Amino acid sequence: MSKRIDVKDLNVYYGNFRAVEGVNINIAARSVTAFIGPSGCGKSTFLRTLNRMHEVLPGARVEGQVLLDGDDLYGPGVDPVAVRSHVGMVFQRPNPFPTMSIRDNVLAGVKLNGKKLSKADSEALVESSLLGANLWNEVKDRLDKPGSGLSGGQQQRLCIARAIAVKPDVILMDEPCSALDPISTLAVEDLINELKEKYTVVIVTHNMQQAARVSDKTAFFNIAGTGKPGKLIEYADTTAIFNNPKEKATEDYVSGRFG
Amino acid sequence: MTKAADETAHALPKGPEVTTTQTKTPEQSGGTPKLSSQGGAAGDRIFSGAALTAGIIILVVLCAVAVFLVAQAFPALVAPQDQIASGKGFWQYILPLVVGTVIAAAVALVIATPISIGVALFISHYAPRRVAQILGYVIDLLAAIPSVVFGAWGISFLAPALVPGYNWLASTLGWIPIFSGPASATGKTLLTAAVVLAVMVIPIITSISREIFLQTPKLHEEAALALGATRWEMIRMAVFPFARPGIISAVMLGLGRALGETMAVALVLSSGPLIASLIQSGNQTIAAEIALNFPEASGLSLSTLIAAGLVLFVITLVVNVIARWVISRHKEFSGAN
Repeated sequence: MSKRIDVKDLNVYYGNFRAVEGVNINIAARSVTAFIGPSGCGKSTFLRTLNRMHEVLPGARVEGQVLLDGDDLYGPGVDPVAVRSHVGMVFQRPNPFPTMSIRDNVLAGVKLNGKKLSKADSEALVESSLLGANLWNEVKDRLDKPGSGLSGGQQQRLCIARAIAVKPDVILMDEPCSALDPISTLAVEDLINELKEKYTVVIVTHNMQQAARVSDKTAFFNIAGTGKPGKLIEYADTTAIFNNPKEKATEDYVSGRFG
Repeated sequence: MTKAADETAHALPKGPEVTTTQTKTPEQSGGTPKLSSQGGAAGDRIFSGAALTAGIIILVVLCAVAVFLVAQAFPALVAPQDQIASGKGFWQYILPLVVGTVIAAAVALVIATPISIGVALFISHYAPRRVAQILGYVIDLLAAIPSVVFGAWGISFLAPALVPGYNWLASTLGWIPIFSGPASATGKTLLTAAVVLAVMVIPIITSISREIFLQTPKLHEEAALALGATRWEMIRMAVFPFARPGIISAVMLGLGRALGETMAVALVLSSGPLIASLIQSGNQTIAAEIALNFPEASGLSLSTLIAAGLVLFVITLVVNVIARWVISRHKEFSGAN
């Protein structure tokens, strides 16, 4: 199920603008990796290159390699649609499909590509995915109600259930708690801890305490100035990043001197 | 009178929306906190007054049209039936026209809706930006062409061009009543009129649908793409459900135009009694019937024509009520909550 990610010399461009420069990173399977850094440092952009979601913007392109257990996501003939069904994503703001019921939201990804599921199989999948997202007990009596009627935190966990229903190898999370209250944040953080037993989780966060709480390893990104590309400054165990970082910039950032 | 019938058809679809804004406005101004500055409060009052006035004007115009139609049509409705439409009686006279009108508009929508949605999707989600912009302008320009021009095009180009097609339909699909032959030799049939109507409503449906498609939240599109959806699957998952009420509204506006369109139908259709076949000459629509007979009408025959206009008014009203009902049925899942 879970796969490791190896990124080699990755540059990301929007048209002629180089947004991210020279990233090398190795992310182990079944781990939680946090990307931290000031706004605009390219951490979200980099995260999106891991499932080729950056290509949604016209003119975005990539140089270098992203290997998922050795398979290059940018190799010739690789379909971005297939990549995304292996590398799931959870977004900054909860985005369940408003016109679908809770059940249909969970099954949305599975039903793609014309796949058919028997009723029993789909019921079982809905239950296991919602259990996996710690949401089952809260919604099991109203699976036919719209997903948009849930609270923000429940919606975000519904989105996680939707992502894990397609049984991905990796789950990317782009600031998944930034629109949530502290209690919902806690629920999602607990969930991230459980997810790493099955999946490789990569999370972008602005909240350094959150990175410290949930992640095994942390990557710090920074930019030299506006218009300059973002770079990976330091990547190490989370405790090392927060307690004795090697780089001056990392220390300044985690100690709250800038950003 | 033709003008009035035309305008009711256009004004109607907007009616219910205006009503809602109008009822909301006083509440909102009433709930404004008193802490705001004096100028802001005055601005608020002016705006809510203006919105209220605009809403009331629409309703007043609508009521005036309805009252006028009922008052003028009244003599035809109460007169002895053997005096109306050379002895046929009003209902015998109006029924074929109603059927002709509804069929012409329905066929026009069947042709126009898929094309419009396809073009709108192409502009909003497939075409490169430059092509999309040019195409958008062209579509908007198409909406500005007067209907008499469409009518002239239909009569001089489209009708003769469709004749071979009609002959083919009559020979191969003639067993279906709507295609039964012999096909009209001039091509001046209800189907030709419906095609002209379709061309006329395509710009309306397309430009509204395009605006709605462009407003689909990026968030939902990305949610679908991130699950491994292809572009078409993303459109089905995120764009269509979001746009559904808007598409229905767009189609209703198109229907309003198709039902009320006068000039193009009057020019293109070689009218006659009601027949099932769409490819023979015959049939007539209410609006075209009014336009053709209005100049010589007086007294009771004038009332009869106005009563026909009243029937058209009622049809449009009913269609719009049904459309509103369809939209509101799925409110819980509309994403508004």
